[in-house]
Amino acid sequence: MSFLLDKMKKIEPLFKKGGRFEKLYSFYEGFASFLFVPDKVTTKGSHIRDHMDMKRTMTVVIIALMPALLFGCYNIGLQHTRAFGLNDWPVIQMFLFGFIKLLPMIIVSYLVGLGIEFIAAQIRGHEISEGYLVTGMLIPLIMPVDVPLWMLAISVAFAVILGKEVFGGTGMNILNPALTARAFLFFSYPGRMSGDKVWIEGLTKGGGPDGFSGATPLALARLDGFDQMPSPMEMFVGTIPGSVGETSVVAILIGAFILLLTGVGSWRIMLSMTLGALGMGLLLNAVGGNEYTQIPAYYHLIMGGFAFGTVFMATDPVTAAQTNTGKYIYGALTGIMVVIIRVFNPAYPEGTMLAILLMNVMAPLIDHYVVNASIRRRLKRGRRV
Amino acid sequence: MSTLIRLRKGLNIKLAGKAEKILLPEVPETRFGVRFADFPGLVARLDVKEGDKVMCGSVLFHDKAFPEIKYVSPVSGVVRKIIRGEKRVLTEVVIGQEGSEKIDFGSAAPLSLAREQVKEKLLNSGMWPVLRQRPYHIVARPDIVPRDIFISVFDTAPLAPDLDYVMANTHGSYLQTGIDALSRLTDGKVHLSQDAEGTRVAEIKNLRNVEFHRFSGPHPAGNVGVQIHHIAPVCRGEVVWTLDVQDVVAIGRLFATGFYDRERIIALAGPGVLNRKYHRTRPGASVAGILKGKLAEGNLRVISGNVLTGKKISTEGSLGFYDNMITVIPEGDYHEFMGWAAPGLKKYSYWRAFVSKLLPKKEYILDTNLHGGHRAFVVTGDYENVLPMDIYPVYLLKAILAGDIELMENLGIYEVAEEDFALCEYIDPSKTEIQEIIRSGINLMIKEMN
Repeated sequence: MSFLLDKMKKIEPLFKKGGRFEKLYSFYEGFASFLFVPDKVTTKGSHIRDHMDMKRTMTVVIIALMPALLFGCYNIGLQHTRAFGLNDWPVIQMFLFGFIKLLPMIIVSYLVGLGIEFIAAQIRGHEISEGYLVTGMLIPLIMPVDVPLWMLAISVAFAVILGKEVFGGTGMNILNPALTARAFLFFSYPGRMSGDKVWIEGLTKGGGPDGFSGATPLALARLDGFDQMPSPMEMFVGTIPGSVGETSVVAILIGAFILLLTGVGSWRIMLSMTLGALGMGLLLNAVGGNEYTQIPAYYHLIMGGFAFGTVFMATDPVTAAQTNTGKYIYGALTGIMVVIIRVFNPAYPEGTMLAILLMNVMAPLIDHYVVNASIRRRLKRGRRV
Repeated sequence: MSTLIRLRKGLNIKLAGKAEKILLPEVPETRFGVRFADFPGLVARLDVKEGDKVMCGSVLFHDKAFPEIKYVSPVSGVVRKIIRGEKRVLTEVVIGQEGSEKIDFGSAAPLSLAREQVKEKLLNSGMWPVLRQRPYHIVARPDIVPRDIFISVFDTAPLAPDLDYVMANTHGSYLQTGIDALSRLTDGKVHLSQDAEGTRVAEIKNLRNVEFHRFSGPHPAGNVGVQIHHIAPVCRGEVVWTLDVQDVVAIGRLFATGFYDRERIIALAGPGVLNRKYHRTRPGASVAGILKGKLAEGNLRVISGNVLTGKKISTEGSLGFYDNMITVIPEGDYHEFMGWAAPGLKKYSYWRAFVSKLLPKKEYILDTNLHGGHRAFVVTGDYENVLPMDIYPVYLLKAILAGDIELMENLGIYEVAEEDFALCEYIDPSKTEIQEIIRSGINLMIKEMN
């Protein structure tokens, strides 16, 4: 690889201050450090540093997203064949159909998002932050497959600029950028983000058999009563309509396993959020009320975006609670909120997105009280002595 | 036996290159140096100029704010050079060793002296700077009587010397005299912390006028700041002192013989050294003789102190004022192709995102590469895992960056030193210079509180 290194070093002066492409330095730096870990050595403080860096942290999350992404490709094809009665498609064709549909979404998401990140990094004089590598992958996975690419582009631009860069970039944002993108579309173009057409490729363009419903389980529960819902097994495996990456709990659990094994995802949040939703579901089962309260509690864990949100969204370290105690509280409250929104506000079938965004806003408050408890312990100690 | 305080948080970095327990005699050195960077916050006034003759114990410079705190020459000789850095900031006073004249400060039994007399002897002889205070981890202010004095007799830093072995080979008889002198300086106790096994050294076991504690757990369990936090934490308005156990011997020697003599035993360690042993030397002495013929091939970094908190020196540089080891590791000035994506079979890490975590391998060669670029704080919850204190590290760091004095105070700035945060800095995937931030916070507190 030394010829590549020589090449990179040769063109470096062009991007340095005074060089012809000085305005593209952040782009060069981002690309060069992607190819080669820089030869920078420690100059102060600890002489040795861990091999872990942001690139690796983000890479682990992307790897963890792969099972959900691959299953999403297959499921796009599967739902298409079901809707259009194409019973003779082999699995590989369904997968490729989905892949070809998903690829442009991923490309648009990265082009727009990374483009803005590069510009922001150049303006600030920082190195490119890797945060968008994950966000850019998450956004296509939480979108309906039929979302137009221009909408996707607008939502990405909105999320990256107003959701992240105005706060100071990766590490400073209050709301999860991927969910910000989704919420933006959800409220700006509700017709394209919910209903019973958008989840299956081809349905919105017309065509398809009359009366075929491509609604998600959550919408079915609302429209037709929950006896119309798919079986729990189907929801667990993921062969149901829904956002691209959210349907398969199995694939998401593989991702969760990777995140927990590497220690990149917070088990505290995943555990407490699951318990929170389950507990709230059981409580509502016991209390009763409207018919939604009678949805079996464990359904909440396998329906809609709950699993995906728990594993990949709520655990975003920047927007979640940052103290360990705070993480338990944050997770549990998010889980409870998901179920409350789903059950008591059926106009918004998807409670996970709203619950996580709401708790993103609350997270600093939770941390504030946890840190204050530590401060109080210290002050009390001072008085005692 | 004293009760055992168990610490679970922390990290023992699996760095290769521990020193073998063989003690080599002192190599005569001709170059000695006292570095100003060893005393953070010090504004010094020079008492010598280049060419002056000095004796062992002659004043080289003193503290501007507390002129009674003197810094003395460790040997007799001539002031060869006064090195200044950028903006003429004092960097180092270099002494060429000649002759063996030394100043006699007079011997005395410390228990027969009053507090003021003990203080005066330590101040006049230049021994005072071995005492450091918390808050701030700076040379102790002589006008304050400390609540307690804390000494750690074990070091958990990477490749650190086994202080029990060191103490077994030192002049243990001076230890009690040193403790007696210290007990005169405080109305509280002199606390001595050992590791879980305790000590084999009879002179330590039989010490009087001290309170023993035992700690178990990974680094930084041996850091005196962590020990203070668990024995009797420093609250607002309180001051405690800390010192190195080998300096207790030096204080004892001062009272017993009347001479300034900080001979100590250090470990020569690290993967950059071929022949790793224990050496007798003294702070200020050049490391050239110790390193001679022992360095491995390649571009190396010589560190006075341990890899987490030590200072980079040249191969002729001096042993730092407070250091008990020299570590040599390879420099990491190389590019690594797609290093962030490699599975990491040979890469030691705190994080489980490396295959090496699954391997039983015990030791790794670590270099000085930063392994990444500077980023904002992103990951959470892991800094706490390597800091066994009731402190929220990132919140404290952010309070420092925001310059919020009251918040820094509330979040525990009085209890910490940069060394306690060294592991946070080591594991940080955002490559933040955490120790530097902590010191700047401490400097801000010193400025605001006076």
